[in-house]
Amino acid sequence: MGNVLLQYATVLVLTIFVGTEIIAKVPSILHTPLMSGSNAIHGVILVGSILILGAANTDLEMVLGFLAVILGTLNVVGGFVVTDRMLEMFKAKPQTQKPKSDEVAE
Amino acid sequence: MSRETLIDLIYLISATTFLVALKGLGSPKHARRGNMVAASGMLLAVVATFFKYVDGHSLHHVWLILLGIFIGAVVAVPVARFVKMTAMPQLVAIFNGVGGGAAALVSITEFVHIKSTHPATYVTLEVLLGVLIGTVSFSGSAIAFAKLQELMTGRPVTYPGQQIINGVVGAAALVLIVTILVGGSTPLLWILLALAFVLGIAFVLPIGGADVPVLISLLNAFTGLAVAASGFTLGSNLLIVAGTLVGASGILLTRLMSAAMGRSLSNVLFSAFGSNITASGATEREDGRSVRSGTPEDIGVLLSYASRVVIIPGYGLAVAQGQHVLRELADVLEGKGIEVIYAIHPVAGRMPGHMNVLLAEANVPYEQLKELDEANSELQTADVALVVGANDTVNPAAMDDKSSPIYGMPIIRADLAENVIFLKRSMRPGFAGIENELLYNPKTILVFGDAKDTLTKVVATVKAS
Repeated sequence: MGNVLLQYATVLVLTIFVGTEIIAKVPSILHTPLMSGSNAIHGVILVGSILILGAANTDLEMVLGFLAVILGTLNVVGGFVVTDRMLEMFKAKPQTQKPKSDEVAE
Repeated sequence: MSRETLIDLIYLISATTFLVALKGLGSPKHARRGNMVAASGMLLAVVATFFKYVDGHSLHHVWLILLGIFIGAVVAVPVARFVKMTAMPQLVAIFNGVGGGAAALVSITEFVHIKSTHPATYVTLEVLLGVLIGTVSFSGSAIAFAKLQELMTGRPVTYPGQQIINGVVGAAALVLIVTILVGGSTPLLWILLALAFVLGIAFVLPIGGADVPVLISLLNAFTGLAVAASGFTLGSNLLIVAGTLVGASGILLTRLMSAAMGRSLSNVLFSAFGSNITASGATEREDGRSVRSGTPEDIGVLLSYASRVVIIPGYGLAVAQGQHVLRELADVLEGKGIEVIYAIHPVAGRMPGHMNVLLAEANVPYEQLKELDEANSELQTADVALVVGANDTVNPAAMDDKSSPIYGMPIIRADLAENVIFLKRSMRPGFAGIENELLYNPKTILVFGDAKDTLTKVVATVKAS
């Protein structure tokens, strides 16, 4: 038990450092997509929601789990779609726009 | 390779895609692709989860799970796709809130479940943190949403003894946590849930509209941490990594936003900033000093003869939905060989980077959007600073008036330009409720009215001249 907890703590600490390094490099122009994108990422709670509903034994667990699945899906789907919509709008000057649209299509 | 190992491997891949997405946000060029990579990673993780064994059996209630996902997706896609870009802050708030709610539900249900199979299990700290933080994020985001959607006033809501009541609720939650940890009583968990719900509401009520960029970043961090806590409860590295990444990003943004306001986080959260509109400066101006107001036509002529124009947008631009007309004006000016850039204050608007998204929607190339420092050096040689719907972010009192509540906030130096044009709805002070000295500066011209209408007239004049 203690060992498992320590392993989780290791992951936690390393993620804090790696995450902070990466996120600090996001320019302020992209701060809204950063918020919305990280919003989508915490939608991973859907995975947890699926697991608890899949393990539910009682009615109470089923109701709570079902709610969690709905909320989690709202979070993850809404998050990614909104972020995509935002990022789609960020365009360079028209000259450089052409190769960019090809890049997305590949 | 065993089934469980394979699933864990897929989870590892998913976690990596999240990092790739965040790294992609380092530049607007790769950002969109990064987001799609993360979305694929997420899909992979969700699909893999269906093949997982829990308590030694494959997942029960698969149809119910699929139904839940179906309902969520059917609601989320159209909302996310078709809500107006100006409603973006509310949308981000609500998606953040539901994530926090889901995290709280996962923590509490998982605990109820473990308890039913192993009655002797004690509640552990991560369960309580998951419930507390997730619920605060849920109800707090709901209030933030209501404020942004203007379902309620955007000004701070204060009542007598507010700080004390909030303090008592917060302390009660802490005492409850300790009691549950020591006594192991599960029913108290439900009381904690209720208390956390109240706490979220009480904590957001006194925070006003212009401070929402800080608040929304903080709530984002909360949800991330709640997800990480659920990850501990469920024993899932994927949830821990994803939740921690979001927590780190939210905390970083919170700090950046507070710094951009020149205020400490606790000042933003607890001072009910902007609640008393009759701050010091407002009455001082009874000395009869006049402002110079002009017509859209005057402005059009002034702009036509400039060679460098810096546009300074604020939340008023978003309210007036004037971003497209503004872009049109910039295009017309550029057609005349006039150099146009946009000076973006980090806290302009209602969420971090709000103005950038707003202008991106109007197809303003991102090269033209300048951050504070760069904008200020450009302003030194600018002929015209065009302030559209901004006020506090260009208020010189932040630099020279020690008694001003916004003293110390880094501002955009509109005052450095040769001429300053303010497009304002009225003489009403900005959100912070402080008089803006720049309005009385002899080189300033004010044009009253709806920003969109005014800009349309200005465009016509510039085209004609």
